[in-house]
Amino acid sequence: MKKKSKNKIIKVRNLTKSFDNNLILNNINLDLFEKESLAIIGKSGSGKSVLLKCIIGLLTPNKGSIKIDGREIVNSSSKDKEKILLDFGVTFQNGALFDSLSVWENIVFRTIKFKKLSKNDAKNLALSIILNLGLDKNILNLYPSELSGGMQKRVAIARAICDKPKILLFDEPTSGLDPITGSIIDDLIKNTVSRLGVTAITITHDMSSVFKFADRVILINNNQIEWVGEPKKMNNSKNQTIKNFLKNK
Amino acid sequence: MSIVVNIFSSIGKSTLFFFQSIGKIIYFFLLSVNWSFRRPFYFKQINKQILDIGFYSLPVVGLTTFFSGMVLALQTYSGFENFNNENTVAKIVLTSILRELGPVLAGLMVAGRVGAKMAAEIATMRVSNQIDALETLATRPIQYLIVPRFLASIMCVPILVLIGNIIGVFGGFVVASFKLDFSPTLYIVSTLNHINLMDIAQGLVKALIFGIIISIISCYFGYNANGGAEGVGRATTISVVTSSVLILTSTYFITAIFI
Ligand SMILES: Nc1ncnc2c1ncn2[C@@H]1O[C@H](COP(=O)(O)OP(=O)(O)OP(=O)(O)O)[C@@H](O)[C@H]1O
Ligand SMILES: [Mg+2]
Repeated sequence: MKKKSKNKIIKVRNLTKSFDNNLILNNINLDLFEKESLAIIGKSGSGKSVLLKCIIGLLTPNKGSIKIDGREIVNSSSKDKEKILLDFGVTFQNGALFDSLSVWENIVFRTIKFKKLSKNDAKNLALSIILNLGLDKNILNLYPSELSGGMQKRVAIARAICDKPKILLFDEPTSGLDPITGSIIDDLIKNTVSRLGVTAITITHDMSSVFKFADRVILINNNQIEWVGEPKKMNNSKNQTIKNFLKNK
Repeated sequence: MSIVVNIFSSIGKSTLFFFQSIGKIIYFFLLSVNWSFRRPFYFKQINKQILDIGFYSLPVVGLTTFFSGMVLALQTYSGFENFNNENTVAKIVLTSILRELGPVLAGLMVAGRVGAKMAAEIATMRVSNQIDALETLATRPIQYLIVPRFLASIMCVPILVLIGNIIGVFGGFVVASFKLDFSPTLYIVSTLNHINLMDIAQGLVKALIFGIIISIISCYFGYNANGGAEGVGRATTISVVTSSVLILTSTYFITAIFI
């Protein structure tokens, strides 16, 4: 296993989030080390996506603190939030590609805000990324509505990693993909973390993915982090939910 | 007893909600104005909206104002015996169109056509996380999505109204000369004589305010949509209804100021 930094890049403290009277996350504490690959598992509706959205400040928790590289994101000014978000590459559960932009325009959307690139260079940059994701050259000029669900998902991943952010967040990157494409994505996450020294959080339902790329796993259940540990420790876990997850693998 | 309490509490709640919404919409408007003057300016988005709001609305606005001008001439002539001469018909057609019909018709058409589209587009982006994605990609949604629509609306609706005015007056002229057998020259001279800058100004002020109403209302309801496809539908309907009602009520108050 690669060397892990002792530097905590994300610190979540006493995070509580509810919608109206519906408690979703209760008193969550979580540390993420630099260059670590964390997997989040949990039943549908357990609040995994909500946790992710809290971390990047898209949802405001009712209580608690979230520090990114020492900077507080909860209730911070929108200017500070914008700055913190530059460290992140995010893939939403449904892809969330911009309908009105072509594939390559989607992928380089943030990159060209900070780097002057000719149209050709930008397209080539997008191309180099999608080839690694098992996508075809021909899709560059298509629009998201012309892609299959799995292709959209991979374009969204391309968009998240295009300008090499420090922290990657993937919300179910392999759901809806065939096993072969899924394993391409797993490898990509693994390699990005190990080669580029990126920190990654991946929400997934796929236990084989977890074993492949995660350094650590957390299970969210009953509004809390019910289990934390290295993937291989799951096999001996007495936690019933973990057992069920492994059984249905 | 409890029924009475319930009724009062629900009246109270909806009143509170109503005033809260007004406050939020005004805040949304101020936010849009504020961000209109700040970098970066998304010219490509603004151009796209101008094309959409201005250019593609021309056919409906032209058609409705044209027929309104025609029907106005016909009604004036047949409805009021003392008014069936070139001078009066021309004056009534011109004044009604400049002050009222031009801006209100254009406003309603744009609210139906463009407002619905704005609300649906932005609501779709909201419910499919595209607005969240914008934020993570170093782009302020207000600046990228709302400001271009807002600016394009306040530029285009007045221009649409000017063009609609001309077409409407022309509609009146067509009926006057071909159906009512008026003298075309006399009708044109009368029309020109009655052109009043204050009437044009009144129409343009209305157009400007309608432009603000349509874009802000539609963007507000789109931006705050939730709940999937149904939420998009809800946002669209409520935008069109609210903008139309506001157009028809605000025109009264603007008129009252001018008179
Ligand atoms: N914006 C919102 N408003 C109200 N409730 C919400 C909102 N977002 C999420 N929830 C609720 O929070 C709970 C957790 O949602 P979340 O999307 O985090 O689940 P998840 O763990 O990601 O599930 P899945 O695996 O199906 O994606 C759900 O019960 C959902 O109804
Ligand atoms: Mg989820």
